[in-house]
Amino acid sequence: MDLTSINPVLLVASLMVAATPILLAAIGELVVERAGVLNLGVEGMMITGAVVGFAIGVNTGSPALGFVAAAAGGAALSLLFGLLTQYLLSNQVATGLALTLFGLGLSSLIGKPYEGIKSPTLQKLDLGPLGDLPIVGPILFGHDPMVYVSLLMVLGVWWGLKHTRAGLILRAVGENHDAAHALGYKVVRVRMAAIAFGGASAGLGGAYISLVRVPQWVEGLTAGAGWIALAIVVFASWRPWRALLGAYLFGGVTVLQLNLQAAGLAIPVEYLSMSPYVVTILVLVLISARGRHGAPGSLGRIFHSTG
Amino acid sequence: MSETRATEPALLDLEGLTKAYPGVVANDDVSFAIRPGEIHALLGENGAGKSTLVKMIYGLVKPDRGRMTMRGAPFAPASPAAARAEGVAMVFQHFSLFEALNVAENIALGMDHPPPPRELAGRIREVSAAYGLPLDPARRVGDLSAGERQRVEIVRCLLQDPKLLIMDEPTSVLTPQEVEILFRTLRKLAGEGTAILYISHKLEEIRALCEHATILRLGRVVDTCDPRQKSARELAEMMVGEELHVPVREAGAPGEVALEIRALSMPPASEFGTPLRDISLTLRKGEVLGIGGVAGNGQDELLAALSGESLAPAGTIRLAGRDISRLSPNQRRALGLLAAPEERLGHAAAPDMSLTENALLTGAVRERLTRRGFIDWARTRDFAGRIIEAFDVRTPGPENAARALSGGNLQKFVIGREVLQAPDVLVVNQPTWGVDASAAAAIRQALLDLAGEGAAVVVISQDLDELMEISDRFTALNEGRLAEPRPMRGLSIEEIGLMMGGAHDLEVSA
Repeated sequence: MDLTSINPVLLVASLMVAATPILLAAIGELVVERAGVLNLGVEGMMITGAVVGFAIGVNTGSPALGFVAAAAGGAALSLLFGLLTQYLLSNQVATGLALTLFGLGLSSLIGKPYEGIKSPTLQKLDLGPLGDLPIVGPILFGHDPMVYVSLLMVLGVWWGLKHTRAGLILRAVGENHDAAHALGYKVVRVRMAAIAFGGASAGLGGAYISLVRVPQWVEGLTAGAGWIALAIVVFASWRPWRALLGAYLFGGVTVLQLNLQAAGLAIPVEYLSMSPYVVTILVLVLISARGRHGAPGSLGRIFHSTG
Repeated sequence: MSETRATEPALLDLEGLTKAYPGVVANDDVSFAIRPGEIHALLGENGAGKSTLVKMIYGLVKPDRGRMTMRGAPFAPASPAAARAEGVAMVFQHFSLFEALNVAENIALGMDHPPPPRELAGRIREVSAAYGLPLDPARRVGDLSAGERQRVEIVRCLLQDPKLLIMDEPTSVLTPQEVEILFRTLRKLAGEGTAILYISHKLEEIRALCEHATILRLGRVVDTCDPRQKSARELAEMMVGEELHVPVREAGAPGEVALEIRALSMPPASEFGTPLRDISLTLRKGEVLGIGGVAGNGQDELLAALSGESLAPAGTIRLAGRDISRLSPNQRRALGLLAAPEERLGHAAAPDMSLTENALLTGAVRERLTRRGFIDWARTRDFAGRIIEAFDVRTPGPENAARALSGGNLQKFVIGREVLQAPDVLVVNQPTWGVDASAAAAIRQALLDLAGEGAAVVVISQDLDELMEISDRFTALNEGRLAEPRPMRGLSIEEIGLMMGGAHDLEVSA
């Protein structure tokens, strides 16, 4: 085994890439949950985004158009969830699980003709001399645009929730939907907007896997990334910057275990592969042991206006 | 003063307002008028249609028929925002506040065009000082007391410069001192020309505050009066429409010690819970002990510690001399300690289970409703039937779901279920909360009868009138501490207020 073969700078740079799909999905789900809706369909929306983005990317030759289509596809699927849970008052947990199953099936169907094709992928941003700086160059300035988009989304969500009136209303709706309704806010409308945002973000996250990380289409491509995104929202105590931390932590363990595998660590590969998930479970258990940690007051509860 | 007002044009005129829901007419042809600067009481029992009526004025509900006129112009608000734009503001019965947000954010949410945060904080300080309602805009609402939370709601309304302020049961969670502060604020507002529509079923308060009352019963206006000219009993009978039965009890000398609590301290069960601090208490047979206090000062926690839902440290609770601190609820039931919690649906009773099944849930041990792990349905049905008959529970039968009963009927069932098991000690929390006056009287009578038969009864309640009516001794919970119990007779309302406020928390501001 040769640990010196692991380059810490490249490790950090690649963990950011590995974490980006989860971060995109998590920041979207965070907004959804802050509005009081629990959408367990993240995995389904991600993989739908992945296949739609891939198909459009291949057919148009433009990965950017692929991302736009992925966002639209994820949002469309999430609005189905919104229709069922917000207007037809179905159970959010059951509907979310169904959405995941539906998304997995739908993506296989759409993706069948695209198996084995290579897609056009995003080029790294050329930031001139900045990219040539030692250490910070590859870490901060050597990425493709979506990595920066994901970071800007964290910043935007944090700013929006904390400093804008729309963010305040969204938090109010998630905290106590009856009170928000009594004050005259449109609970269902706010939630539909949040759900669509969450769907679009999950779609972007999925497309990042199929257009940048892999970049190919195979069935079941997202491999549980949506579930990790859901766990990271809890890990983050519903706060944007902590979601970034959680996603990068998960990405870090993922990349590290790949490096360790390459370095020939004398542990069966299966244990290394499961390590990111084990770490996620451990962190969640530790956080839950601390008791209540700021879940939105109306999270997962059905809102029914009584007139 | 009222004479000049009588000739003034009305601020808000209601004519023939009618609103029906499937199966019930909430408001039937309701008409009355409110003048500027008038404090107008809206009186009625639960279900009389008070809430529906004010929701129509506040734009939350559209009337089926009838019309409203505001300052001579037609008034039909399509939304609360439209009502607020016309100068209508409302303080809700169940506070419409967001616990995780701070005071300024909560207030901004209630305004249609809030100023920037810094300016808003300044205005909150200004208005709250002007009306004697001190508030810190940066504090999180979840950490505030009930009285402070209400201030948030009132200041939110005042910032809109309202012409009509609607207050829905504003005093149900306040200490007498806080009520006094509130009344001072309301009188000041009325003096400045704001009309106030004051909804309550607390008759003494209405007599003290209001100059005009409209009485609703089953959705109709049945009477109007000047509450200052009527006695509380007359007002109550106008509300109920029949003569009221006042509970009586046969005096008995207190017997031996039934329940003893010694230095009971417990940490809170949840983040927004209250710890119990050093509670000591001796309860004798045949005695009714009233425990007052504002909601959220440890009432639920004390009931849970006594019922066995949360286990107390060993040696702190003794039933007839035996340490029961570490026993489960069923073990305590077997020994004769029963409890009825505040929340009827979901705590005292399982909403979707039948009355028979609910009777089984607490009665299984003492009424021997199970045999070798199997349910004896015949005995259980019989037990449920006895409760229904003895406590006049209005229901088609014991097979009906608990959810289908009205609040008063379910409460009679829940209390009756415990009383019929002949407990040695019964602990009840808010036994008549949200229950109509005649059912409340029946429940109080049952508790007194139980004490008359030699049981010890602990009544935890926020209704002071109730505690004064039935308690032998009175004490109060404040931030998890219990005041020294004192004989109810001869206790003045000021002394009660001091006990409820814990004496260190008396904010009577100018």
